[in-house]
Amino acid sequence: MTSDVTTPHPARPEWQWHLGVAGFAVAWWLVYHQLVPLSEWLVAQLPVDRHSHTGEALAFFFYDVPKVMMLLTLIVFAMGVVRSFFSPEKTRALLSGKREGLGNVMSAGLGILTPFCSCSAVPLFIGFVSAGVPLGVTFSFLIAAPMVNEVALVLLFGLVGWQVAVTYLAFGLGIAILAGFVIGKLHLEGWLQDWVRDIHSGANAPDLPDGERLTMTDRYGLGIEAVREIFARVWVWIIAGIGMGALIHGYVPEDLMARIMGADAWWSVPAAVVMGIPMYTNAAGVIPIVEALLGKGAALGTVLAFMMSVIALSLPEMIILRQVLTLRLIAVFIGTVASGILAVGFLFNLIF
Amino acid sequence: MKPVKVYGPGCKRCEATAQMIQEAAERLGVEVAVEKVTDPRQIAMAGVMSTPGIAVDGKLVHAGGLPDKAKLDGWLAA
Repeated sequence: MTSDVTTPHPARPEWQWHLGVAGFAVAWWLVYHQLVPLSEWLVAQLPVDRHSHTGEALAFFFYDVPKVMMLLTLIVFAMGVVRSFFSPEKTRALLSGKREGLGNVMSAGLGILTPFCSCSAVPLFIGFVSAGVPLGVTFSFLIAAPMVNEVALVLLFGLVGWQVAVTYLAFGLGIAILAGFVIGKLHLEGWLQDWVRDIHSGANAPDLPDGERLTMTDRYGLGIEAVREIFARVWVWIIAGIGMGALIHGYVPEDLMARIMGADAWWSVPAAVVMGIPMYTNAAGVIPIVEALLGKGAALGTVLAFMMSVIALSLPEMIILRQVLTLRLIAVFIGTVASGILAVGFLFNLIF
Repeated sequence: MKPVKVYGPGCKRCEATAQMIQEAAERLGVEVAVEKVTDPRQIAMAGVMSTPGIAVDGKLVHAGGLPDKAKLDGWLAA
């Protein structure tokens, strides 16, 4: 007779997890270095000439899709594990009462590390402001969090090159810090919606009970969860974006982009920023296009400006923020961030 | 009836969370009244900064991301 007591399935010991993660990393490395021959082999199986437009486009597609997917898996997992050490509550505690300046720098940095979903931008905003995080410091966080994200960095690194990825990281942070600092200096607290100010002065938000300490196994689990979630959200964008990029790569003539988006056309930077605002896609969709544009002679500054504008200044996010900010404050927010992006665009076109 | 509130602006994960609570409650045989709070003001007043947040019996037990199934059972059974 079997026992009635069902013992809960024993959790896998921690060392098995470490081993699994290490094994996965090795397998990842091996496969990643075989991607070029793999994609060439795939194209060779198809009845197209490798050096035709179609052949070029297909080779681009078959190489870039698996490459980007693999890079994303690795980095999103790692970021998921790192982010499990942070939470909006801890970040708020770190930032509350911080002076501007140092506060802006910390805030932008924490914007990258703190788990953040743009759907909770409003509660997070209020949570920060009501706990005494200065308005400008809060903005630094809100600008950095979506703009400097691991998906953007991975795609830039994988598709365009590490130099551009590092530059993007540095200037994205720079814009978040400066724009937040400027907004703080303008003392626009009065331009919040009335009810936000009431919470500000009144009710004290209760703190969550301290969660029990997470084990490393929990953190790995969170990493896997992050990978699953990001993929569910962006895989269509990546494939569509790379497909689009492949078409540009194979078919658009070299000098067309150089004429429209080259460094000589000064107006291309502001035009890129303005075009980017209503476009709402995430980094996953826009970067493959960026790569292809760069390959066809578009200027780096113009392309970066376009990309930052698409990611950091999105219309839907403005509409969400409208619930807490007055239109005037939103205008200042857009103006400051857009100026920063413009500066980056012009600077890059000048240097490179 | 155990009052359960799900705080969130109506994003996908908030829907999924509400669904999980209903399922867990049925499985445990606990009667719950799930209320979705979507007003940003009320969400903020409850002290929720990352959504979805969950309050059981007026007490905030969770914020940010889908809840863990085992923990969810714990909150509802308590």
